[in-house]
Amino acid sequence: MEKFISHTGTAVPLRRSNVDTDQIIPAVYLKRVTRTGFEDGLFAAWRNDPEFVLNKPERAGASVLVAGPDFGTGSSREHAVWALQNYGFRTVISSRFADIFRGNSLKGGLLTVVLPQPTVEQIWELIEADPKVEVTVDLAAREVRAGELVAAFEIDDYTRWRLMEGLDDIGLTLRHVDAIGTFETERPSFKPVTQPIPA
Amino acid sequence: MAANAAGSAAARGRTLAEKVWEAHLVRRAEGEPDLLYIDMHFVHEVTSAQAFDGLRLAGRPVRRPDLTIATEDHNTPTLEIDKPIADPVSRTQIETLRRNCAEFGVRLHSLGDANQGVVHVIGPQLGLTQPGMTIVCGDSHTSTHGAFGALAFGIGTSEVEHVLATQTLPLKPFKTMAINVTGRLRPGVTAKDVILAVIAKIGTGGGQGYVLEYRGEAIRELSMEGRMTVCNMSIEAGARAGMIAPDDTTFGYLKDRPHAPQGADWEAAVNYWSTLKTDEDAVFDAEVEIDADALTPFVTWGTNPGQGAPLGDRVPDPASYADPNERAAAERALEYMGLNAGTPLREITVDTVFVGSCTNGRIEDLRAAAEVIKGRKVAEGVRMLVVPGSARVRLEAEAEGLDKVFEAAGAEWRFAGCSMCLGMNPDQLAPGERSASTSNRNFEGRQGKGGRTHLVSPLVAAATAVTGHLSAPSDLLEV
Repeated sequence: MEKFISHTGTAVPLRRSNVDTDQIIPAVYLKRVTRTGFEDGLFAAWRNDPEFVLNKPERAGASVLVAGPDFGTGSSREHAVWALQNYGFRTVISSRFADIFRGNSLKGGLLTVVLPQPTVEQIWELIEADPKVEVTVDLAAREVRAGELVAAFEIDDYTRWRLMEGLDDIGLTLRHVDAIGTFETERPSFKPVTQPIPA
Repeated sequence: MAANAAGSAAARGRTLAEKVWEAHLVRRAEGEPDLLYIDMHFVHEVTSAQAFDGLRLAGRPVRRPDLTIATEDHNTPTLEIDKPIADPVSRTQIETLRRNCAEFGVRLHSLGDANQGVVHVIGPQLGLTQPGMTIVCGDSHTSTHGAFGALAFGIGTSEVEHVLATQTLPLKPFKTMAINVTGRLRPGVTAKDVILAVIAKIGTGGGQGYVLEYRGEAIRELSMEGRMTVCNMSIEAGARAGMIAPDDTTFGYLKDRPHAPQGADWEAAVNYWSTLKTDEDAVFDAEVEIDADALTPFVTWGTNPGQGAPLGDRVPDPASYADPNERAAAERALEYMGLNAGTPLREITVDTVFVGSCTNGRIEDLRAAAEVIKGRKVAEGVRMLVVPGSARVRLEAEAEGLDKVFEAAGAEWRFAGCSMCLGMNPDQLAPGERSASTSNRNFEGRQGKGGRTHLVSPLVAAATAVTGHLSAPSDLLEV
């Protein structure tokens, strides 16, 4: 996983709430068995509309998405994270993320930043007034900076450390493989198994 | 569960969710997420390919193939399942699952197998879903299994890979919320109406960060099928998991299922399961009250599951919302749905009725819909799709003659799968088409690009099929 320490880029204001994962990437785009190439499905229905914010020439190359509340509700599809990353987004700012989407994003190195709704609106106004304004998401300093605005955000130490080091969760867990083995020896015998298949 | 699970357990009682959490703790260390053991991992074709690929790249095996089971459901056809899948990309996805399961030793129920079906229907049906377990699947409706008193939640593909490799997940503790459904449901009011009313009350973000526990007389009186419908849509309230304490209804459902404990193990299991309830002195982080007596059939009018109202109401006026975000969302929803504020919900006409999905695709749901439609006809110009939740449910329904009831009414009787719930396979709405659907999500385009979805119970779905507009069985003339 690519390390995330600090990122600076232009931003896209997405003034919609409850952007569910079916909007981020509709189910018909989930058939690929790779982790790449999902950018064509990103906001597929909305991108048909030439007025949709992502279609505006001044938003080309943007890497920070600033979204309305309850971003990422719905399905657990990690393809939503991949679609955003494949398109070029490194970070998403919102006042509230759905739990599964947030978990997926932080596992995959897409930094989701929670800021209060009034701060999100301030950033919207800044980047709408001038699309060239760059937004910095500084994970090391736990800070978002845009123009004159400086906003602190919270993220737990463990997740921050993992993202800044670009560490693979599985490798971290496998350091405790002995504890897993011990736990397994103590599981009750009535717990079901899928194999062998009962006659 | 946050501080509660870690800290003051000795000082006071524990909730059901806390008990299950603590029973699966492999490791707890200051400043790190808890490492939880996962008792059962359900796998399907859409969220697993990249996870198996990750294992292959790292040279890792599946740690516990015997705690893993796979099926094909999201992207499978519901017609002509004996023929090769027409869409080559879909076919590749299914074939990739088959290859991965063979390579990694995972049990798979493929299309055509009697145990194939929607992953959340087959787990309980096989008796693999039991009280007190931790259950995960790369699908947000894994919350369904919480109906048995299991801690069950959806995960992304990175977590699927993590569970395949380690049989554990690093997790930050949840908070707990009690949903107290007091009183009794009136006839014609179902589990689906309960959960739609809960979501309308707390909102699609209301459950974020919580495990919900559904409690109260109305919940206790639900069948396992009804409890699964309720827990299924916990995710639509923003909660990753929903639970109901196991009781005699639960044990009765499980007894003699293929994977239920046998003999002395059954006794030991029931003894343990009987301890899985929230202690009287436990404290929830939040509580919500729902009056079951006051509930009536509930339908959605908008494009998120929180945008719902009793069938007897009218389409709301966006101006009535104080919150500017909610108002904007309601305006957008009405525009997308092609509805005007003030229209009675009963006057909304539909093109399609879908009965099925992990929410309402079980045998009891099909029986309820069949009971309404028996001796009646699907309205002219309306198409009705009945898609059993699993191949086993389909066989059971056919043994009871339900297929004949649906077909005589003019409905289409399909093979099992997720089908029109998510519009991934060919079962989709055309742009502008409107459905009454027993599924769980009314998002824009969910059932097909430009499609418009009203979420309803199986009873309302069947009555709507007969009249062609949103209706309850009580609206129908005697046959």
